[in-house]
Amino acid sequence: MDTNKNLYTVIYSIIMVVVVAVVLALAAYLLKDRQQRNIEIETKDMILRSAGLASQAESAADYASYIEGEYDKYITDTTVTSGGESLPLHISRKDGESFYILPLRGTGLWGPIWGYITLMNDFNTVHGIVFDHKGETPGLGAEIKTSEFSDQFKGKKLFEGTNFVSVLVVKGGTGAIDPHKVDAISGGTITSKGVEDMLKSSISKYLEYFNSNKINPAEVSDSTFINLPDTTGQNK
Amino acid sequence: MDKKIFTDPFFRKNPITVLVLGICSSLAVTVKLEPAIVMALSVTLVTGFSNLIMSLLRNTIPNRIRIIVQLVVVAMLVILVDQILKAYSYQVSKQLSVFVGLIITNCIIMGRIEAFALGNKPLPSLVDGLANGMGYGMILVAIAFIREFFGSGTLFGIQIIPLDWYVKNGGFYENNGLMILPPMALIIVGLIIWIQRSYQKELVEE
Repeated sequence: MDTNKNLYTVIYSIIMVVVVAVVLALAAYLLKDRQQRNIEIETKDMILRSAGLASQAESAADYASYIEGEYDKYITDTTVTSGGESLPLHISRKDGESFYILPLRGTGLWGPIWGYITLMNDFNTVHGIVFDHKGETPGLGAEIKTSEFSDQFKGKKLFEGTNFVSVLVVKGGTGAIDPHKVDAISGGTITSKGVEDMLKSSISKYLEYFNSNKINPAEVSDSTFINLPDTTGQNK
Repeated sequence: MDKKIFTDPFFRKNPITVLVLGICSSLAVTVKLEPAIVMALSVTLVTGFSNLIMSLLRNTIPNRIRIIVQLVVVAMLVILVDQILKAYSYQVSKQLSVFVGLIITNCIIMGRIEAFALGNKPLPSLVDGLANGMGYGMILVAIAFIREFFGSGTLFGIQIIPLDWYVKNGGFYENNGLMILPPMALIIVGLIIWIQRSYQKELVEE
């Protein structure tokens, strides 16, 4: 058979495209549930890690159900209104203490970066933070994912008096002492700047909520509930 | 089947050092060992199966659109690999996701289809594809080892060089920043080719 005829070429291409499309569509359809679940588990894992929970995830026999179990145990999902927007907020309660977990969204060098920041109930002190990224350079920008980078944020302050200054990511040296600065990643300047901008823009959306709920940190006792938004929806 | 089909790609006809294919991705993914290994595995799978499929189809493909057919088959395999990883090995897929595009454009895959699969039976083609993927992976891992060790002082993300050796902790050692930049990969590939050529005199041009 002459495989160089026009008609043969056209029919061949059509069949090829249809077969490939069916295979790919089928694969996407069959795998979708599992992929969605993976993404969900990953989000929960990040939220838990930013709150300093789920430390045994690495060694857990069933990683997925361990994460889900821990999440259900400690984390409450809710939304708050701030600046006319409805924003997600996760609250972690453990041993009578409450922590407030805010999502972070921003852009790095090559694509989106994101993370979760956990604040103490003074809405000022950083309890923990995690970052992730879509495609930052391995060894450079991608280092934001490491605990060496994110551990620097622990204990940093977002406010100077009543002014929101966020946490700045700066060139080496000053990070350890200054309560508003952490060391950037050498070679990952644009990603580091991206982290700084992400913190500023993501957290500033919640400022109104913070201000309306803020209590002098000295007055906060373990059992204080700071005007918690209704999470059950039963009273509506 | 000639067993040279399997053994040649590892040294005598290594795709990177002798055929000089797939250089682009050997620059991009060799900063750390882990992505390098994931990349090596994925490329091995894709070269193997794209060679197999193309060899099965080789007598039916209209010559004028053969490059397009190759691209479609390779792209389909890469998307399948990516989708399956996303579902069953999510962490690995996150490592790989950036490099999916690089697999599709990896010269080794198209190179082996053109040079081997279109003219050979399915089984030797499969073996040729797998062996070339592994030969490529071997060099990739070697480069990544050197770059991660000297560039970050770690292997697989685990600190190897003692932290108190570093200048910032009062020691004498400093990571080589050049190692994590792409040009260093090219220099290391060059050094590996140099070593190979000093063993294999027939490769040296007049």
